[in-house]
Amino acid sequence: MHSFGYRANALLTLGVTVLALMCAMASLSDNINVPSPSANVQVLNVNWFQKQSNGNDEVSLTLNVSADLRSMFTWNTKQVFVFLAAEYETTKNSLNQVSLWDGIIPSKEHAKFSIHTTNKYRFTDQGSNLRGKEFNLTLHWHVMPKTGKMFADKIVMTGYRMPEEYR
Amino acid sequence: MGWIGETMDSIKSLQIRQVLTQAVSLGMIVTSALIIWKALMCITGSESPVVVVLSGSMEPGFKRGDILFLHMSKDPIRAGEIVVFNVDGREIPIVHRVIKVHERQDTGEVDVLTKGDNNYGDDRLLYAHGQLWLQRHHIMGRAVGFLPYVGWVTIIMTEKPIIKYILIGALGLLVITSKD
Repeated sequence: MHSFGYRANALLTLGVTVLALMCAMASLSDNINVPSPSANVQVLNVNWFQKQSNGNDEVSLTLNVSADLRSMFTWNTKQVFVFLAAEYETTKNSLNQVSLWDGIIPSKEHAKFSIHTTNKYRFTDQGSNLRGKEFNLTLHWHVMPKTGKMFADKIVMTGYRMPEEYR
Repeated sequence: MGWIGETMDSIKSLQIRQVLTQAVSLGMIVTSALIIWKALMCITGSESPVVVVLSGSMEPGFKRGDILFLHMSKDPIRAGEIVVFNVDGREIPIVHRVIKVHERQDTGEVDVLTKGDNNYGDDRLLYAHGQLWLQRHHIMGRAVGFLPYVGWVTIIMTEKPIIKYILIGALGLLVITSKD
């Protein structure tokens, strides 16, 4: 009953159990945090707007993204992945989500930011539906924990509109 | 003489009983592991409920050796989600983030484009030749939970099989030799 094997086994079991419990509790403690983020996005300029040779509309935008995501960070937060997506509906597609910009926020100190950027990924439609199209810009964030459950949420900003003509 | 024969019998029966108990307990361990795995498959709806991150393409979020818990629900796939997908002609599934979604009005089919957080460009280079989008059937699940480091056990075991055999041998020996 008191052999080395039994003691090692008991110690290992206890260690793993305690570690698992601590991970679970750290993950559960994230639920206590109620974040209050804010975001503001401006389309500063439409750099160009054209129809590609394959018939898809493509547009290049200059954006100003400012947000305050400091309230996301808890002691179990490893990083926050934040991205801005253009979302719109066309006759063919009930939903189009095109990521325009993204970033990784490693710590609370960097969570209040204001960025001036052109779209990082190509803003291309499936088809030629973008002229005069109304679209939403949505700031999404995915909270990556040190351990446990991942969280995601978003702020939808409405009322953006494409130019009527190619330029 | 009758007394000696009786003791011999009792010893024999004891050994058989002991061997049987050990076999049963070994079987219990194996089957309970299988039960847990299959139950997880049922609950999560994904054919592999837990995956190990093998590459650094999602750093600093996910490092090599971290494990991810997958869930495959009926919910539509949306931008930003971390999905595990299989590309035709590739053995190993890939864990990357969705950056573009186009969902059909009539059929509800989706075209999805993915990218690793740590990669410079999107995943079109990783897809099958000429493939521009992933469809629903390529996707095995979406990541919902995260546990660091634990996956190193499987990485070490697959890359250094000798360690696996030593470990299995030692465990087997322990089970066989252990009393009560």
